[in-house]
Amino acid sequence: MTSSHQIEFTAGLFLLLGIAALVFLALHATDGGALKGGGYRVVAEFSNVGGLKTRANVSLGGVRVGSVESIDLDPQTFSARVVMVIGDRYHNLPEDTSASVLTSGILGDQYIGLEPGGAPDMLKEGDKIMITQSALVLEQLISRFLFNSGGEQKK
Amino acid sequence: MTMPSSLGGRLLAEPIREFGRAGIFLVTAFARMRFGPLQLGEILRQVYFVGARSLVIIVICGFFVGLVLTLQTHDTLTRFGAGDSVSTVLALSLFRELAPVLTAILFAGRAGTSITAEIGLMKATEQLDALDLMAIDPMERIVQPRLLAGVLAVPALVMVFNVTALLGGVFFSVYLMGSDPIVFWSKMQASVELGKDFMGGLLKSAVFGFLVSWLAVYFGWSAKPTSEGVALATTQTVITSAIAVLLMDFVLSAFML
Repeated sequence: MTSSHQIEFTAGLFLLLGIAALVFLALHATDGGALKGGGYRVVAEFSNVGGLKTRANVSLGGVRVGSVESIDLDPQTFSARVVMVIGDRYHNLPEDTSASVLTSGILGDQYIGLEPGGAPDMLKEGDKIMITQSALVLEQLISRFLFNSGGEQKK
Repeated sequence: MTMPSSLGGRLLAEPIREFGRAGIFLVTAFARMRFGPLQLGEILRQVYFVGARSLVIIVICGFFVGLVLTLQTHDTLTRFGAGDSVSTVLALSLFRELAPVLTAILFAGRAGTSITAEIGLMKATEQLDALDLMAIDPMERIVQPRLLAGVLAVPALVMVFNVTALLGGVFFSVYLMGSDPIVFWSKMQASVELGKDFMGGLLKSAVFGFLVSWLAVYFGWSAKPTSEGVALATTQTVITSAIAVLLMDFVLSAFML
């Protein structure tokens, strides 16, 4: 009977090892670990978010402070409504912080870069970032450049 | 129903009949499903035999798969200046595809064959008939614990495979190539989705575990009660498991993406 008990014990140990491995991977190798530790949500409206995706980084001065939770189209203003979660550690962002859609590198992902303002009040849960800058769309950039330079030649 | 007489027809009909027999076998096994403390103990014993005793091969293979995968992606990605993405490639390919598929195939070779040979020999030495005579249902006593043990053991093995493969990747990337460990882990965390990538792989591994143990038990059960028959059944287990796992992998991946 002892050997049978030993076998069952080893089997249980093996299954526990599997579960431990699962928990370790879920917390340390996936985005599941980011769920722990709360954050607060702020909203920003952009006229164009380019290729921004949910779960994209939100960073300030190159440091990741949060992530994009959802991107929707506002049915009234037809602008893109981006909800982002910012970690509770960064609770002291000024109210007039501005947000812009940026690209990391030439082929890199798009992210939201925050630029702190100087207001004494802080951003709170549900607040809206008023100053935003949309993503640069290459075609618009080129056409603006072409039309502007054309205008200068006429003068 | 009359069987087709042409050679091509027979070649085609035989695998289909085999598939049908395996299906009937499975339905019978589930129809006689009964749970009790005795059954639970037997399942645990089988988890030990097919799972815990496969750990060594899984750990060794996992480590080297992680190592070689990182070696190859590191070499290619640094050429494009994307060396930071090594961990992303490693984790995604492991969690989604490599760990479930390789573990399932290793499991078929390590545990599936032993299940088939065990049941085939039980049949050849008339142990199954002896159980029947003692009014013990061999389906309940032999088949079901092995089926369920596979479903439990393979996901656990896949998780161990994942961890050791990641360790292999860390070893190569951080210790040999001098990448930054923080970048390594944070890139991975930022790009691997818990629900889709990780849990998808977990679901896959449970399906594969079921598939392999089903085939192993079936081929043992239906083996001709001779030494040749058992040998043939063992071979069939490995071949059919590998095909079934790869085919099912494609189907599941297509549904998940």
